[in-house]
Amino acid sequence: MRRSLLGRIWPNATALVLFVGFAFPVYWMFNTAFKPNGQIISETPVWFPTSPTLDHFETAVEAENFWTLVRNSVTVTVLAVGFSLVVALFAAFALARMRFRGRKGIVLTFMVAQMAPWEVMVIAIYMIVRDADMLNSLVPLTLFYTVMVLPLTIITLRGYVAAVPKDLEESAMVDGCTRLQAFRRVIFPLLAPGLMATSLFGFITAWNEFPLVLILNKDDQAQTLPLWLSKFQTAFGDDWGATMAAASLFAIPILLLFLYLQRKAVAGLTSGAVKG
Amino acid sequence: MSVQTREAPPRKRRPAAAPRAAGPQPGEGRRADKATLPYLLLLPALALTAVFLGYPLVTNGMLSFQNLNMTQLIQHVTEWNGFANYTDTLSNEEFWRVTLRSVIFTAVNVVVIIVVGTLIGLLLARLGPRMRLLLSVALVLAWAMPIIAATTVYQWLFAQRFGVVNWVLAELGFESMADYNWTGTQLSTFFVISLLLVWTSVPFVAINLYAATTTIAKELYEAAALDGAGAWQSFKCVTLPFLKPFLLVATFLEIIWIFKAFPHVFAINEGGPNRLTETLPVYAFVEGVGGQHYGTGAAISVLTILILLALMAYYLRIVLRQEDADETENDGEMA
Repeated sequence: MRRSLLGRIWPNATALVLFVGFAFPVYWMFNTAFKPNGQIISETPVWFPTSPTLDHFETAVEAENFWTLVRNSVTVTVLAVGFSLVVALFAAFALARMRFRGRKGIVLTFMVAQMAPWEVMVIAIYMIVRDADMLNSLVPLTLFYTVMVLPLTIITLRGYVAAVPKDLEESAMVDGCTRLQAFRRVIFPLLAPGLMATSLFGFITAWNEFPLVLILNKDDQAQTLPLWLSKFQTAFGDDWGATMAAASLFAIPILLLFLYLQRKAVAGLTSGAVKG
Repeated sequence: MSVQTREAPPRKRRPAAAPRAAGPQPGEGRRADKATLPYLLLLPALALTAVFLGYPLVTNGMLSFQNLNMTQLIQHVTEWNGFANYTDTLSNEEFWRVTLRSVIFTAVNVVVIIVVGTLIGLLLARLGPRMRLLLSVALVLAWAMPIIAATTVYQWLFAQRFGVVNWVLAELGFESMADYNWTGTQLSTFFVISLLLVWTSVPFVAINLYAATTTIAKELYEAAALDGAGAWQSFKCVTLPFLKPFLLVATFLEIIWIFKAFPHVFAINEGGPNRLTETLPVYAFVEGVGGQHYGTGAAISVLTILILLALMAYYLRIVLRQEDADETENDGEMA
């Protein structure tokens, strides 16, 4: 009896400790962003913002070019994710469903491409973009981000495509669908959760990307939000309130998207695993 | 604009459509179609990868054989200097120290992430629905936190003055920690970086591992219990075999992510103090871009890529074997 009680308590207690450990940094970011300066710089931490203020958010948003950078970040991220999903879907379908010479080598290529250390190739990329006269443009950024997220998108999507029972496709074709129709009517709807889950990874990568835009787009008008956030930190020094407000603004879109897509992501992964 | 036109595949698509239109016998046309279809579907992905990843890689390789500093960069001059960048780098004691440091850093973090992630994943499977939701939300928050935002928050948490971590430690009785400078020594800086990496990476392992456990049929556990298996034995014989493929993939991904983690390491303390927390990608960046020795930086990055490939060789072999197995399985189905 005592043992089963203990057996019930310890997982919950551990979960509670873990909850605090994982949630606290995020909580502390928002908490600091809403606190007046007097409560931020205090010898004993103020755990709850008792007199919340929006001052720090105003400071953050009033930084120069803020809305231009928001637009740049959204444009680059959405386009890169969109392109890579479309391109990856074709490739994933071929890799999951068809047998052809060189398939293994291509899978291997994407596996290797996935681990490309983009951060150390910035010099070469700078030279290429400079010679193409495309510095301070969003076009090369979009294209490089597309390729940055492409390999993992293909590999993940391949799993989702493979998880759709082959019989479904075959019976659709027996019933007179062409391969394309079978794909559009039968496979694509089943793939939707997988596409959403996969897009998450792309959104995070592109939204976060820092070294490339740092080197390629020196012009204030052509930058993206990660640069703004990192500069914010140095420009405002120890203004932790404004820095945390800026970090919150940067994190909120991804956090919301993630919370929204997460259930689908895990559901998709589960169904992907069922195929086992 | 030249960059853009290169990735456009339509020109190559036409000849493939041709056989169907030209072929007098429909059956023959379809067969030809079938043979080229997978390549057509793969063409855009391969072309994009070749242009935007392959070409920079080749350029990077070529730069590594050049004497390229600020002067040459501005004047657009190409000065070949053979293997000088490589011999300089490889005979530099610093390079080997950084390499060893990167390998240890990766190994420690990956082990911690996989072990902690697995334990939390198994815990999620044991929890009641409400507690599970609570913990999942916290995990997802940590997972989704953008890197630059996360590094900023960690710098604030570990700030010397008014940082909440120092305050808590002092309250717990470690008086000397009240004004501790976390970025002052190599070990403490690495501790903060590792904590940040573990915090952001564990949720991926935990949540996906939990998702994998939900696919294990309950009957298997019942059968194991009937056969007299204890908790440990049913874990070893039922749970673990199911999770093994996932754990293998997760370990592979984590090794890549940790080894080439750049913003985490760079943003916390820019490789300091005294360049003691530089890992290979940071080292390449600091030497190349920071020191304006672009050729040397390129050579270091080529060496980094080679080390990464060596680390991955084992995994890639597993992948290839898996692909072979899939192919024979498919053959069996079709026969």
